[in-house]
Amino acid sequence: MLHARTVRPEPEALLDLWSLHELKGVRRTGDVLEIAAAEPYTGIIASPDVQQHLPALAAAARTIGAAQIQNRGTLGGNLANASPAGDTLPVLLAYDAVVVTDRRSIAIDEFFTGYRKTALQSDELITAVRFPRGRQVAFRKVGTRAAQAISKIVMAVSRHPGRGGARIAIGSVAEVPLRARRAEAALERNDIEGAIAAVAEDIRPIDDVRSTAAYRRAVTQHVLRELLVRE
Amino acid sequence: MRFTLNGTTISLDVLGTRRLLDVLREDLHLTGTKEGCGEGECGACSVLIDGQVVDSCLVAIGQVEGRDVVTVEGLALPDGRLSRLQQAFIEHGAAQCGICTPGMLLAAQVLIEQSRRLTADDVREGLAGNLCRCTGYTKIIDAVLSCTK
Repeated sequence: MLHARTVRPEPEALLDLWSLHELKGVRRTGDVLEIAAAEPYTGIIASPDVQQHLPALAAAARTIGAAQIQNRGTLGGNLANASPAGDTLPVLLAYDAVVVTDRRSIAIDEFFTGYRKTALQSDELITAVRFPRGRQVAFRKVGTRAAQAISKIVMAVSRHPGRGGARIAIGSVAEVPLRARRAEAALERNDIEGAIAAVAEDIRPIDDVRSTAAYRRAVTQHVLRELLVRE
Repeated sequence: MRFTLNGTTISLDVLGTRRLLDVLREDLHLTGTKEGCGEGECGACSVLIDGQVVDSCLVAIGQVEGRDVVTVEGLALPDGRLSRLQQAFIEHGAAQCGICTPGMLLAAQVLIEQSRRLTADDVREGLAGNLCRCTGYTKIIDAVLSCTK
């Protein structure tokens, strides 16, 4: 809504998708969960399937804004907006999510192509996000307060021996939600200290109104250690 | 377009992209809903849509077609008496300048309608989208807790 009012040139028209029931809902088929693109975060948090199979997604959704925002915010919206600080986006990376559109499926690893840029074509519509069989994901967001705070860093970590290895996904430390590849490689070798050292090199944080690059680097390492110990 | 506002069906001929906040205040002269930030950070513009609290600065009027909207003006009883929650705010001194109060009341109304008994932390979490610069929140939390089941 804010974007529609401030973007230039002004849009000629807005199409409201909110009432389309095809874009709402959480559906499970076997072990695959599919969350429709316009399902609000409140519904995602309340879904028994999400709580059971994607608890880190529910945890991340609870850190978004507050009740007013969770009642209207959606995965589709956050994906298309592609903010590097999006709270659920590292979780999607850690879960190996797939972005389903009106014409194809896009692996989450290929979705974010630059600062607020995605692989979507200009007329392409996100219809759902699909989550394959359960990874275990740990999540932590660091912000000024527990609600209504854009993250200083936000991290999701998954170790899944025997299924394509580790995922360390971090927001607010680069121009996109980032996978820390060198840290992941160290983790796959079970080198925890190596992973914590490597993550500082994987990220490219900046100084901004919320934090500094140095703080982000230090906190990223601390949070990674915390999440690895927690697992 | 048509929607239900505080229990009454109304019809409007209005540009669908205008903010619900502006239509309420300017077209319908319901100025109880306030603008604090215009970007969904403060909750002063909170209204209920189909029983859920949302920021009306982020909703286009076209999106409430057929929906049930409640503003602070809709909280009082039909005979004009204030609701139990509104009375509790007065009794507990939960309003000072009053700018946050309409939004707080609507967010709190949703909370107290839950069937479970609320804790102070539940109230803090439920009101986390409503900022207050005056009260320090404690009397607001007390007022809401006094109304929980």
